[in-house]
Amino acid sequence: MEVISFVALAAGLIIGLGAIGACIGIGIMGSKYLESAARQPELMGELQTKMFLLAGLIDAAFIIGTGIALWFATANPFLGQIANLPK
Amino acid sequence: MASAAGHAPTAGEYIIHHLQHLQVGKGFWTFNLDSIFWSLAMGVLGCWFLYSVARRVTSGVPGRMQAAVEFLVEMVDTQAKGIVHNAHSRKLVAPLALTVFVWIFLMNAMDLLPVDLIPWITERMGIPYQRVVPTADLSVTMALSIGVLLLCIYYNLKIKGAGGWLHELLSAPFGAKWYLAPFNLGMQLIEFVAKTVSHGMRLFGNMYAGELIFMLIALMGGAFFTAVGLPLAIGHIIAGSAWAIFHILIITLQAFVFMMLTLVYVGQAHDAH
Repeated sequence: MEVISFVALAAGLIIGLGAIGACIGIGIMGSKYLESAARQPELMGELQTKMFLLAGLIDAAFIIGTGIALWFATANPFLGQIANLPK
Repeated sequence: MASAAGHAPTAGEYIIHHLQHLQVGKGFWTFNLDSIFWSLAMGVLGCWFLYSVARRVTSGVPGRMQAAVEFLVEMVDTQAKGIVHNAHSRKLVAPLALTVFVWIFLMNAMDLLPVDLIPWITERMGIPYQRVVPTADLSVTMALSIGVLLLCIYYNLKIKGAGGWLHELLSAPFGAKWYLAPFNLGMQLIEFVAKTVSHGMRLFGNMYAGELIFMLIALMGGAFFTAVGLPLAIGHIIAGSAWAIFHILIITLQAFVFMMLTLVYVGQAHDAH
């Protein structure tokens, strides 16, 4: 029982903390992109490519975390280890 | 999707069943047959599509297909020109980038098929396990990124020569002093390993998480014949549509990111420090 509750907490923390970081990162980058596009509209297309590239990079760590957390939440790998422990 | 025990599968069993590859062999020599089959099928589909457009190409008013492929090729070519400043290697690297983009996009796009459609069909044909998204398999994405690493090593040797590259490995980040050589070499090796691992893990993580979320959404619809079935089924349709639409962005973005990083890493192999 303890394992289940700890894993549930861990899954929540993995998703939540990852989301905070990724959202702050994307927010800062988006605001800077809009600022620079307002200053130099002719660079917009070029900057947009780079912004999407970086959005993919920033997002990746968070989505990997989400995937691992969902894996823990649905198909908990630690339960199998407990079943195999010597009594 | 009946489990071995004969009862309807629980949520955990359903997910675990869907995360099982169709494997032959054991230990290191385990082959994920489903990933191999679907990645080859997507490669053939991409080649056939580009070939069939290229065969009917016209210098007059282009059709819609031709315009789309021209746009794609031009986009990749512009990116390659901006990153790899060597016209001779671009003859190999730009088509490589186009291949990587089209292939990974098609493999990612397998995620948009209903999660149970192909496993259901293959189960009727007597194949117990089937995962249809090859890029949600770590073996496939790491193979792609190791391919890029080998190409980087090849271009390092070709452009700088074995001596030049060795000199760079021993002198690059901190400076060409003999007592700094081990630290320089350590940093360079860490950089190569980190680049390759993160390159493959990024694509894998995105696709794996996307696939898992599609499965969780499918579980909502799977609870249709229970007391709270109707709202869950409606939620399934709404959440599934929303995630699928968002996923169109993710699969394109990840294919694009993988292509750009391939270009950046190969471009780095051309720059002398």
